[in-house]
Parts: sequence; structure tokens; C-alpha cells
Amino acid sequence: MLYRGMYDCLLSQAVFSLSGKVIAMEGTPKNRIMDEDGIRRAISRISHEIVEKNKGTDKLVLIGIRTRGVPLAERIKKRIAEFENVQLPIGLLDITLYRDDLSTIDVQPVIHETKVPFSIEGKTVILVDDVLFTGRTARAALDALIDLGRPQKIQLAVLIDRGHRELPIRADYVGKNVPTSSREIISVCLEETDGTEEVLLLEKS
Amino acid sequence: MKWKRKDLLDLENLTAEEIKHILHTAIPMKEILGRPIKKLPTLRGKSVVLLFYESSTRTRTSFENAAKILGADTTNFSVAQSSVNKGESLLDTAKTLQAMNVDLVIVRHSSSGSAEFLADILNAGVINGGDGQHAHPTQALLDYFTIQDHLGGFEGKKVVIVGDILHSRVARSNVVGLKKLGAEVTLVGPPTLLPPEMKYLGVKISHHLDQELPGADAVMALRLQLERQQSGLFPSIREYSKLYGLNKERIKLTGKDTIVMHPGPMNRGVEIASDLADSVQSVIEEQVTNGVAVRMALIYLLIGGGTVNVVD
Repeated sequence: MLYRGMYDCLLSQAVFSLSGKVIAMEGTPKNRIMDEDGIRRAISRISHEIVEKNKGTDKLVLIGIRTRGVPLAERIKKRIAEFENVQLPIGLLDITLYRDDLSTIDVQPVIHETKVPFSIEGKTVILVDDVLFTGRTARAALDALIDLGRPQKIQLAVLIDRGHRELPIRADYVGKNVPTSSREIISVCLEETDGTEEVLLLEKS
Repeated sequence: MKWKRKDLLDLENLTAEEIKHILHTAIPMKEILGRPIKKLPTLRGKSVVLLFYESSTRTRTSFENAAKILGADTTNFSVAQSSVNKGESLLDTAKTLQAMNVDLVIVRHSSSGSAEFLADILNAGVINGGDGQHAHPTQALLDYFTIQDHLGGFEGKKVVIVGDILHSRVARSNVVGLKKLGAEVTLVGPPTLLPPEMKYLGVKISHHLDQELPGADAVMALRLQLERQQSGLFPSIREYSKLYGLNKERIKLTGKDTIVMHPGPMNRGVEIASDLADSVQSVIEEQVTNGVAVRMALIYLLIGGGTVNVVD
């Protein structure tokens, strides 16, 4: 299922995984898992599920994990604003300083700012990320969040759950479950960060 | 870009890109300083030794704070209680530290070049916390961070540094980096403290403060080392203050919302008047906060793992 333009998405991002492997673009595209409509519908459903599960929007705050969790969180905020008519507070989290592999990786990640301009004390925090894989990013994000205050609940929303967890972590809201092999790479491309809108499955080369 | 440095000794061999990378990394660090819980797990298990042969409160405390917030353990090796008093050489002290497998040594010493000497011997990283009259790179970096924060950048900005330039490692380090970042620097001081041969720094030098102030975006007063008066480098403190001291009236000559900086500790009423030091134009306290942020950034960059490449 190769098509023109697939490489636009790939070239726009150099990926490396939390488990320390540099996967800078060494994959060959195998499959397109989601297109623009697919992503939009998944976000829409997640937004509804968040409101349904929490019985409204009381105490809800959204926090996106850099980089691609941030535009996803913004979309969820926008969607919820459309059907619930409330503007949820939104923050963004950089988890670099909480990674458990800093001393073992060759590459040093650039640290970006964490911006949570509100108190998360007693709130229900919806953490948003693009892909749930080993669970190590989510683990780091939980630590980072707890350093900012004591939320009442933390829930996790991801666009793709690809399996292969290394920690006891699960997502509360999943856009799509994609069973993968460890030889495969999931590449999420969003308009805001990559200029295209799709999710690709790549084979490591 | 690549961040491959083990040490930070001076700003001479850093590129503008590297300086900007340090400043960029300090932005998220500053956010952490504003949190109720200022503690990260990032450098857990790393050991940082503060080796201070010269007295220092602000620099040492700032480094110690920075390392602790990042989760590292710090050990103070202050000369008063150490074996240096028993005559141990810097080389032997270095070997001792090496044997203890420390990860980072922050050194202040009265001899220029001592930080580099240590860096050559040690496997651990070395940060120069001020060596003789040579360099004080972290003070310069925190000054850049403050300037960037207030002025938005460096290109074409006019920075005036006034005071005892001759003996000031702060001024020397500042000039080196500010030039690389594209700022326009003017050094001002009496001829005895700013002799003509200081032109080697490649910036404008002047002995008349009032002539240089118009158009200045940032003015930095240096601490007047009062012991210099005894050695006859200027006639009296009162005269110095009259000619080179900053005050509220004088700063109006810039015709701008100029920021006023001072590396501390201040001699109030000598190089800077109290009314100015406590005014809204003064960023002196911010400089202290920014110092911790910048030092956190540096410590992270030097021993935070991953020295082959930097990936965004």
C-alpha cells in the first residue's frame, strides 16, 4: 500500500524511542494505518469517551506530552468545546528530564519547556500522547506530573496503542489498537508538527 | 547539532550555536525553579564536587542548588577545612577526586588556567567557576540569559560594561561571548583599570561613561574591588563613584528602558547607587535566579548522558 507522499511524513521526523534505540528514519513504509478522516474520528470518539467516563467536564484538565501529544490535546479540547461548550485548561509536558535512560543513550535529547499554567491539585488530568509502546514515556510523564502537584486522577489517552509494554501501564482511551512486531515502527504524522496527517506502519530496515 | 564537550572552561572555544543551545536549555530549567517541588530525578546517582579555593557565596550556592535540583549529590571541598591547608597540591587533590570517581568538578581558583589544568587530568567533567583573571563563563552565560530574556536577542544590542575591567574575569568572559552573539559591546573605566592594551578584546573602549550611555540597551556595573584603591589605581572612591558610578539620573542618559545589571556582590553607593539597584530597571535579582537555571542547563548538558549527538 505504498503511495506518493508517504515519504513526506517520514522525512519530517527523526524518531527515537524511549527504550533508547535511535530509529532515525530507517524504516520502509509498509502500511497506512490511519488517514486524515481516521484520525479525526478517533479524536472525536476519545473526546466523547472522556466526557462520558468522567460524567461531564468538571475538574478535567488536558495535558499533552511533547511533541505530538500537544496538538492531539488541543484537538480534544476543541472537540469537547464544540459539544460541551466548555474550554478545558490545557498544558504541555516535556518529560526529557524524567527519562530513565538518559545515562545510557548516545544522543542527548533537547529539553523543552513544560507549561502547565494552572494547578493540577485535585484535578482529573487527561494525559495525551500519540503512541503507547513500552510505557516508559507514560511512566516518566506520571512522575513529571506528580512533581507539579497532586491530581485526584490521571487518565491516559493515546492515538495508537501498539503493544509491547515493559511496565504495568495501560491507556484509558485508545484511538486504535495496532498489533505490531518489534521489527515495526509506528510513525504518527500530524499537520501541526509534520505537515501531513496520517499514521504509518514501517518496517525497520 | 553536536554537544561533545566534557568541560566548560571559557567561552573562547564555544560557538554561538553552542551558547544558544545552553541558553535554550536554561529556559525549561527556569520553569522548574518556579515549582513548589524543585527536585528532578535526572542526575540521580551522579556526584558533583565543588572545589572552591577562593571565597564565594553566590556562585557556590548557585551551583550547589542547581546540581541538587537536578538530583545529583554534591560535596563541598572548601579549602578552609581541607587538606589543601596541609599543603596538598592541586594535582594531588585532582588525583584524589579522580580516585573517588566523581562525575563533575566545579572549580574556582585564584590562578588563571587552573580549570583547564584540572580538565586535562580528570575523566570527570570540569566547570570553571572562575579562575584568576581569566574567565568566569557561567556568570557570562547567566548575563546572556538575562539579556535575552529582556531584550529578546543580541543582534545589534548595545551593552555597556563599566568598572574595573582589568581585573574582571566577568567582563572578559562577557565580552568574548557577546561578540559571538552579535552584540555591540563598549567597555568603560578609568585608564588605570582599562588600559589601552585592552583593545585586544576587539571592542570599543572608553573612559567617559556619560558619552557611552546614550542608546545603551543594557548597562552592567562591575564590582569595584576596594583593595585596588590602596594600590593607587584610582585616587578616591568618591571620585570613582562620581565618574563611573551608576545612578538613577545618569541612567536616563540612555534614553531607553535600559536594563541595569551587576554580577554581585554590590558596593552600594560606589559603582551603583541604592535607588538604581532597587529600581524596576534593575535585573540584579533576576540574574541570581537565572544563574541557577543556566547552571542547571550546563550541568545537564555536561553529565546528563548522551554526548555524541543532540536530537530534538
